[in-house]
Amino acid sequence: MSGVEVKAGGRVIGAGIARHDAIEKVQGRTSYAADHALPRMLHAMLKRSDYAHARLVSVDTSAAEAIEGVVAVYTAADVPQNTVWVDVPGQTLEVGALKARSNVLADEVVRYHGEPVALVAAETEDAALAARDAIVIDYEPLPVVDDPEHALDADAPQVHESGNLLAEWELEEGDVEAGFASASAIVAEEYRTQFIDHAYLEPEAGVAWRDTDGVITIRAATQVVEHFRDVARILELPDNKVRLITPYVGGGFGGKEDMTVEPYLGIVAALTGRPVRMVWSRQESLTARQNRHAVRMRYRTGADAEGRLVAMDIDILSDGGAYALLSALVLLYSTTCAAGPYRCPNVKIRARTVYTNHTPCSAMRGFGGMQVVLGYEGQMDRLARELGIDALEIRRRNFVERGDTLPIGQELETVVELPALIDAVSERAGEPPQPDGPRRAVGRGYACNLQSYGRCIWLNDWSSAWVGFELDGTLVIRIAVPDIGGGQASSLIQIASEVLGVPPQRITIHIGDSALNPLTGTTTATRQLYMSGNAVLKAARELRAALAGVAAGLLEVDAERVEFGPGGVGEGGGRTLPFEELLAAAASVDVPWHVLATHHAPKGVPWQADESWRGRVFPDFTYGCHAVDVEVDLDTGQVRLLRYIAGHDVGQAINPTSVEGQIEGAVAMGLGYALSERVVFEEGQNLTATFAQYLIPTAVEMPAIESVVLESGEGMGPFNARGIGEPPIGPPAPAVAAAIHDACGIELTELPFTPERVVGALRGGEAGDGPG
Amino acid sequence: MKVEFTLNGAAQRVEVPPHWTLLRMLRDAAGRTDAKHGCGEGVCGACAVLVDGVAVNSCSVLAPQVAGASVETVGGLTEGDKLHPLQAAMVSRGAVQCGFCTPGMVLSALEAVRIGAAGDDAEIRHNLAGNLCRCTGYGKIVAAVAEYRDGRAPEDFPAEAGEHEHRPEGGGSAASPGVGVGH
Repeated sequence: MSGVEVKAGGRVIGAGIARHDAIEKVQGRTSYAADHALPRMLHAMLKRSDYAHARLVSVDTSAAEAIEGVVAVYTAADVPQNTVWVDVPGQTLEVGALKARSNVLADEVVRYHGEPVALVAAETEDAALAARDAIVIDYEPLPVVDDPEHALDADAPQVHESGNLLAEWELEEGDVEAGFASASAIVAEEYRTQFIDHAYLEPEAGVAWRDTDGVITIRAATQVVEHFRDVARILELPDNKVRLITPYVGGGFGGKEDMTVEPYLGIVAALTGRPVRMVWSRQESLTARQNRHAVRMRYRTGADAEGRLVAMDIDILSDGGAYALLSALVLLYSTTCAAGPYRCPNVKIRARTVYTNHTPCSAMRGFGGMQVVLGYEGQMDRLARELGIDALEIRRRNFVERGDTLPIGQELETVVELPALIDAVSERAGEPPQPDGPRRAVGRGYACNLQSYGRCIWLNDWSSAWVGFELDGTLVIRIAVPDIGGGQASSLIQIASEVLGVPPQRITIHIGDSALNPLTGTTTATRQLYMSGNAVLKAARELRAALAGVAAGLLEVDAERVEFGPGGVGEGGGRTLPFEELLAAAASVDVPWHVLATHHAPKGVPWQADESWRGRVFPDFTYGCHAVDVEVDLDTGQVRLLRYIAGHDVGQAINPTSVEGQIEGAVAMGLGYALSERVVFEEGQNLTATFAQYLIPTAVEMPAIESVVLESGEGMGPFNARGIGEPPIGPPAPAVAAAIHDACGIELTELPFTPERVVGALRGGEAGDGPG
Repeated sequence: MKVEFTLNGAAQRVEVPPHWTLLRMLRDAAGRTDAKHGCGEGVCGACAVLVDGVAVNSCSVLAPQVAGASVETVGGLTEGDKLHPLQAAMVSRGAVQCGFCTPGMVLSALEAVRIGAAGDDAEIRHNLAGNLCRCTGYGKIVAAVAEYRDGRAPEDFPAEAGEHEHRPEGGGSAASPGVGVGH
């Protein structure tokens, strides 16, 4: 047992213990959002737009309303506050933050294929389905904006009255042209990335009911219980009259960060007074929910003869889709990370995101910080070839270090272990692979990255947690954290166990309830272990300190010498006091058995709406180095993944098994992005609305993914942990690109690297593989 | 119409409309939510159950087709107060994250091992290709199935989280030892 100051590497921190939620899930006992049923509940469905851009001439609901069992059919006019305003920070045409508008139900105009137009509620699912199909919409088609390159043309059709420029960031540090003038080598390339769907296995779902005191209570799959406030605005209710509960969620990845079913459940529950359930089909999920931004990046990069970067000129254009959502913030991440984990004295960045009639784009794992990895790592590989320097060596010569400042003005406060990661990963990789046949070529590629963890600091992020003992010496954690599958809840159990000695199996955690548990913020931005973990750590330490004071009196020792173990408190080798006795003694001297604590993220100079602003954007970053071996079939263009090694400095692994799980899962998602996944639109129509068309990796395509976990002991999370949920998704695509080049000498710049594109490049021509 | 079948060893007599799928019957008529609706078109495998020992996507089978058959869901695997060894391997290997694919994944893997179609990692991967997972990257699932196939899975893993003695030495997979960097 350790003393009051609990150090990392203690009892349960750093142990890959079995997750409590996994024991339930493997038996099918977990009650997910769609598993919950209520007496007399209605079934709700959405009528969605068939057009990508059209004026709604009329929406006739009379036939739908006449169907037996149909209770209500709502359109925009029925929604108490149909307009949702989104804050859009960024250097937009307006001065200051643009307020961007989206609608709960389409009003007069539909702007993307699948946009909700009407909401039906019926006694049975079959009646709801029949009613949905009986709604007659008369559309007047409008010109579709589907090419972001032309969205800003003077004669482009307008998606919104405010123009098609959604947000823009620009900055220049140093003198870029002077930098290029001094360069020994300059490489320029255009990279393109595609739309991606989160494709979690659990479709969007939830139930709602009007509870005691008029509180509209929604139990839904979400990453953000704080959306109770957004639902309250839509229903024109006070914030404290809406409660959001999130059960264990069947995957999020950013796709359940914006609202999905919540407003519609709230509307039906509030307007009918009846309980209601809404479950989206996979087709709805793939058609109508937000995507990862497709991005076009132009990079021009110069280096001196030794390979040291002297100038970068980066132009980023992203397709934001039909409504603003989080596009401007996503673009800020791209801007912050665009130069990569490299020093460069002269950097110019112009980043824009535009409206189109595609599905709105928003958050997805990596959040703008991941698309640019294809750009900055592709440039490093090209410079290395141009200068005849080894690809890893040129990176070593340019890595940022603690104390360096990113172009946007953020100084790096913690250690950057990229050189050690390169060493560890390349050592693990060992000898290169051998081809399997005469028309096969093999190659190895590397890629490095940085990705922030924690939200932008000017959002004044905070997390609260309640930790308390029960009479029998068991422990309770109350915290409104959404657990989306990454072990968000179980890691908090480990942290409390480490500090208070109570074994994990004697700790119960109540999660995801905006009314009954302390709010702890969103499960997004790789912030949950970092923020909630710090809140639980603080609460547990304060509780320990208070109870140690009581124990010291009973044991007649100094409080610093009181140790907390599985059975209670004691002093090394001496008498042990069971928790039950300690708690009784604490009550007698008015020391409570619980603590509510709040952790605050770092603060800084808030963003200003002009190009001269420089400063800290994020709390900190996580760094990685990946290696992949591929085999390319020179006849079919098929790329087979032979082996994958992913190294990250995680500061301190709280649960090493969960850390590996995050790394392996993010890598697999990044490999799907590299090779097979794309949302395909044709004039705004989504053509990939099923899992037979939208191809996420299966077990067959995935190689063994080996994690190399470095623990530098530096990070801003509990026990000096760094966030690891998003960072590993960036390197796979550029690593695969480098490996394909190593194998057969082709330079691929447009994702995904399908067999058609590989064959096209091998033949030296255009890749004629259809839309997308 | 009435459908009579055996569900996890118990006789069932359920009244359902003839157009209902087996998945809908299990979830909405028999109260078994341990089969998951992931895609509704037989691609993702989240709804997989065993019908007379054969893994099928229950979203693609009509309810009346299982009349007289024996249907097993993942909830039927638990043996008394212990997990089935394959379930225990999945938990201890960290093969369960969000858990939504897990019921179908476990049943497909169980069938693959039972019929001898899980000889090596490649064969395991091939036979799990009909079960999509978006969280794990599949490696820990494959490792858990191999552990179960080889009889190395934990035999006495409690089915209640509160009764599980954590074993720190079980942390981290053997395939990926951590690399320490001192500071």
